[in-house]
Amino acid sequence: MAECVAIRDEAARLLQHMQGLGAARVETDILQPADVLLDLYGEDIRARAFTTQDPEAGEMMLRPDFTVPVVRAHMEGGAEPARYTYAGKVFRAQDSASAAQRAREYWQVGYELFDGADVAAADAEVFALFHDLLAPLGLRPATGDMGLLLAAVKGLDTLESRKAALIRHIWRPRRFRALLDRFAGRAPPPEGRAALLAGEAESDAPLIGLRSRAEIEARIAALREDAAAPPIPAVQVDLLDDILSLRETMDNVARRLADFTVDMPALGPAVARFEARMAALAARGIDPAGLEFEGSYGRTSMEYYDGFVFGFTAPARPDLPPLATGGRYDALTRLLGRGRSIPAVGGVVRPDLLLEVAP
Amino acid sequence: MSLKLGLPSKGRLMDKTFDWFAARGVRFVRTGSEREYAVRAEGLEGLEPVLLSAGEIPRELAAGRIHLGVTGSDMVREKLGNWREKVEEIRPMGFGHADLVLAVPAAWVDVTTLDDLDAVAAAFRARHGFRLRIATKYHRLVREYLTEQGVADYQLVDSQGATEGTVKNETAEAIADITSTGETLRANHLKVLAGAPIHRSQAVLFRARGAALSAEDAAVMEALRTRLEAAR
Repeated sequence: MAECVAIRDEAARLLQHMQGLGAARVETDILQPADVLLDLYGEDIRARAFTTQDPEAGEMMLRPDFTVPVVRAHMEGGAEPARYTYAGKVFRAQDSASAAQRAREYWQVGYELFDGADVAAADAEVFALFHDLLAPLGLRPATGDMGLLLAAVKGLDTLESRKAALIRHIWRPRRFRALLDRFAGRAPPPEGRAALLAGEAESDAPLIGLRSRAEIEARIAALREDAAAPPIPAVQVDLLDDILSLRETMDNVARRLADFTVDMPALGPAVARFEARMAALAARGIDPAGLEFEGSYGRTSMEYYDGFVFGFTAPARPDLPPLATGGRYDALTRLLGRGRSIPAVGGVVRPDLLLEVAP
Repeated sequence: MSLKLGLPSKGRLMDKTFDWFAARGVRFVRTGSEREYAVRAEGLEGLEPVLLSAGEIPRELAAGRIHLGVTGSDMVREKLGNWREKVEEIRPMGFGHADLVLAVPAAWVDVTTLDDLDAVAAAFRARHGFRLRIATKYHRLVREYLTEQGVADYQLVDSQGATEGTVKNETAEAIADITSTGETLRANHLKVLAGAPIHRSQAVLFRARGAALSAEDAAVMEALRTRLEAAR
């Protein structure tokens, strides 16, 4: 019980710190409508969130994070630039064996910045906030950039339908790899595909359900187009692999990216954003030579980060999850904004874990 | 105290379970009237059989209210999170075989594999504005499988019976259900996706890891294990 009081006090301290940096304090409901979260995350969220039933409102979920309700509230009130902070508990069901020891409810204190005027400066502002806050604890920061990977996929010389399929699975490394191997001609076509394309797949069963004959025929036409298209060039597949396996300090990565852009000019804007961010970090006194960058960082987490991503772990406590995480989620504001959107970046810190590693 | 063994209370699963133990020297005899759920064991002193619904046996094992239990391997995986921490599989029993499979309309000639279903789910969501619905009562097993396989843009809808009819009734686009011969699926114009099923189920004798054992109980457990070992 004394522990709970200490965590609450620590959360209050962090909240005050963020308010001192100019963020407006916001609250969200603990009970969130399930449909919004299900639409965003899909069925996977059911394994992670506590679901409950309200006789009037239907299915509800105990908030699994703050970002979604904060973004929704912001987008409903317009899409003006803003800085928000909040503190409260999030709730995560722990269904799988590996997660058995993790907490089912814990505090988060967050900072969300909605502003498109200078995205590099916004990235640097949020990262620096957590960096400075956590500096006394000797944590290891890690960074990544989903924007580079997205830009590389969009830059492939191949069918738009293939790029869309890859981007859809960019957060599911295993299926992404399987698709890439197939589109690159490195894996055989799936079972039954040859017969289907030859027009030999037939069924005398009646068509039942909502999916229409036209939808089936449209897919067959798309598969024929795909079969006729040349494979993704090997040099471009290698480039994707190079980006995914990047694991160096940020300044070294900048040099590698300059080389990549020669091979794939479409990477240019994403690389320019990376460089601008690096300069903005340096301007805030954070040395890029001391910052680790991983090309695949953020790929298996929740699927709304689409740009800069970061996390802080405790090297002496490999048993603990990251103490703070964050990133850019421009696409999320568009999804929840009903026609409006605004570039946004934010992060959360866990007061309970800060107390655990405090000297 | 005695060593409690949960047995399925109905049908073929109960009959086959009784036969399986009888072949290993433990006979279960119904006591009281035909309708009374009462049974006693002969051939192993200290073993107390309890008749339970097969669907409730996982929960009773997890709670430690019974020491041993016979139920389908699918039931334990579906009803218990982290099931390996709660129960031990002592012996697969070689009956009650059934596969948990994914099935789609047989008229979907463009769908053979899970890859196809995943691609169709994306197109379906874009066209219809909601995620492709899979009707099932095996929510945990199906969700864990589809997550592991990296399938997206689907949703599970609950169906506790007549699941094969949901596609025709347009309350689902696909189903995940237990089948042994596939006959009901075919009769409802559905086909099973190629590849391994989500789970191959059979009846299994489970031990509850969390059930307290007295010295006598432990001795009975040991005697039973020796008996099972001898019958291998």
